[in-house]
Amino acid sequence: MTGDVACAEGALAAGCRFFGGYPITPATEIAEHMSGRLPDVGGTFIQMEDEIAAMASVLGAAWSGCKSMTATSGPGFSLMMENIGLGVCTETPCVVVNVQRGGPSTGLPTMGAQADMMQARWGSHGDYEIIALAPCSAQEIFYQTITAFNLSERYRTPVFIMTDEMIGHMSEKVIIPPADQITTEWRPKPKGRKDRFLLFKPDENGVAPMPAAGEGYHVHVTGLTHDEKGYPVMSVEAQEEMMARIKHKILGNREDIIMTEAHGLDDADIVLVSYGISARTSMAAMQQARAEGLKVGLLRLITVWPFAENHIQRLAQRVKGFLTVEVNLGQIHLEVLRAAAGKAPCHLVGHSGGTIISPDQVLAKIKEVF
Amino acid sequence: MFPTAQASVMAPAEHPLEDLIRSDRIPHIWCPGCGIGTAFAACLTAMKASGIDLQKTCMVSGIGCSGRAAGYVKLDSFHTTHGRAIPFATGLKLGNPELNVVVFSGDGDLFAIGGNHFIHAARRNMDLTVICLNNLNYGMTGGQVAATTPHLARTTTTPVGNPESPFNLPLLAWASGATYVARWTVLHTRELTDCIKKAITKSGFSFIEVLGPCPVNYGRRNREKPLETLKLYRDQTIIRNNADPGDLEVDFTKKVVLGEFVDKERATCIENYDRTCRPAL
Repeated sequence: MTGDVACAEGALAAGCRFFGGYPITPATEIAEHMSGRLPDVGGTFIQMEDEIAAMASVLGAAWSGCKSMTATSGPGFSLMMENIGLGVCTETPCVVVNVQRGGPSTGLPTMGAQADMMQARWGSHGDYEIIALAPCSAQEIFYQTITAFNLSERYRTPVFIMTDEMIGHMSEKVIIPPADQITTEWRPKPKGRKDRFLLFKPDENGVAPMPAAGEGYHVHVTGLTHDEKGYPVMSVEAQEEMMARIKHKILGNREDIIMTEAHGLDDADIVLVSYGISARTSMAAMQQARAEGLKVGLLRLITVWPFAENHIQRLAQRVKGFLTVEVNLGQIHLEVLRAAAGKAPCHLVGHSGGTIISPDQVLAKIKEVF
Repeated sequence: MFPTAQASVMAPAEHPLEDLIRSDRIPHIWCPGCGIGTAFAACLTAMKASGIDLQKTCMVSGIGCSGRAAGYVKLDSFHTTHGRAIPFATGLKLGNPELNVVVFSGDGDLFAIGGNHFIHAARRNMDLTVICLNNLNYGMTGGQVAATTPHLARTTTTPVGNPESPFNLPLLAWASGATYVARWTVLHTRELTDCIKKAITKSGFSFIEVLGPCPVNYGRRNREKPLETLKLYRDQTIIRNNADPGDLEVDFTKKVVLGEFVDKERATCIENYDRTCRPAL
């Protein structure tokens, strides 16, 4: 199956029962697959009038008690950003898939890119933390979609899957395990007296329990800065407290959230840093380089946000340099540069989208700069 | 001993809507003379009188003065983004069809930035009750022109008069497929309350426009004192149920038509979805 279909199947396996979407290449197949499959499992699919409405409906469905999601590409992702901010502020679990294509604007609708990585990090307004995963195959997108739902439920936050047209449209073998081998998580539910319940009072892990509408908690949910009760409070102190909570539940659990894969890093002089489709070409380049006697390793980012800066910091103490491989003109590269903090040189192999980066290009760059 | 005036001040009678209001959030933000509180009270009274399960009832608002309504109601309440109350409410209702979902918001929120969502929810016949407080301008931001501002009316962004023409909201609702459409002013609280009650208990997309004064921002710039607006509501309106939706412009130089304009049956979005997409279940 294609990466897009594997994503939809992963969502269903994770327990997603609401999809609010809007067609956009190259993410449409996720909506198409969900439209056929969701009614079978008691869920609901709706094609909304635009991506703004799609994202709003996803948040509404999350508060009704469903696991909910949408899927889009760059331009639609931009339209969703205001309501993604509402999702962050109201600590609403949901999953947003971005099957990236070349941009800006309509750009290259049918051709892939990885150029929305910074939009994923900073696309909405205000300060916040977000979780974004980057799968590198159809099989992995199946599992990562489940992981994305689990993280969104565990931390009460929107989670992004930042895939790309190449993976979305690539057909590969995908093994779907029996349901009893799949772990699915649910948002923590409140206990105790309903009239004393505080909607945004965090438990020990920094996450507050979340009831659904209709359960008798009389929740008030607002995008205004609010206190633990959910009531608007217009003050510097309330803003600081709310922001600290929203940031802390992600950054305080970064060990749990950040997933990476290390290849040949133990003896590496040169570290390739990559994710998504580019991690696969990087892997091929690494193997070619190793065959030629070059000590090249690969740090594959599975979680892109929050960024694995500690990994880069540690490696920067002992390697000759980093080479970030991504289909854009340097986005995660800037994060590597920041984390390396001048301890090791950082270079980029990237282009502005439309095709993958070939292993030869990576290898040539390794030889050029190191 | 007779109760003294002082004693009655010390222990006021409980407000009849006490159980539906978040008293810990009072005082509210609405200005003296504003019509939103009256429409809000009519909505809560109708909710209580309708007999629906209030534990399963939600209020969703967008942004603006009317959008603050969700913050004062002691139900599951959602104060969302500007213009997006209806799609948020759509997700709530589709996610759990047992919920009664009432959208309470303003004309700017529902018909300018959120206009597209309104027509599509009506087209789908989403099972929502949408109450729009129409005060003819953007009150929260200080009185700018809206999609409902009368032609030539003055606002902060139309200092010499509005060059554009306003929407006829019931016509828009009717044309988009709403199965219940009514309009009242905040002076017509009994009729308004009765219609909201009817709309809440009726399935399908119900729309009620409530004309309400904004003396601070709209009235002041249009030489209309608060009491004069209410006199307009009394003298320059006419009740004509089932009027032709094309005849429902808000133009107080002529008579503004109030009443119940649409009340029909049509399968709801959820009924059609279940019938079409999961006949086996």
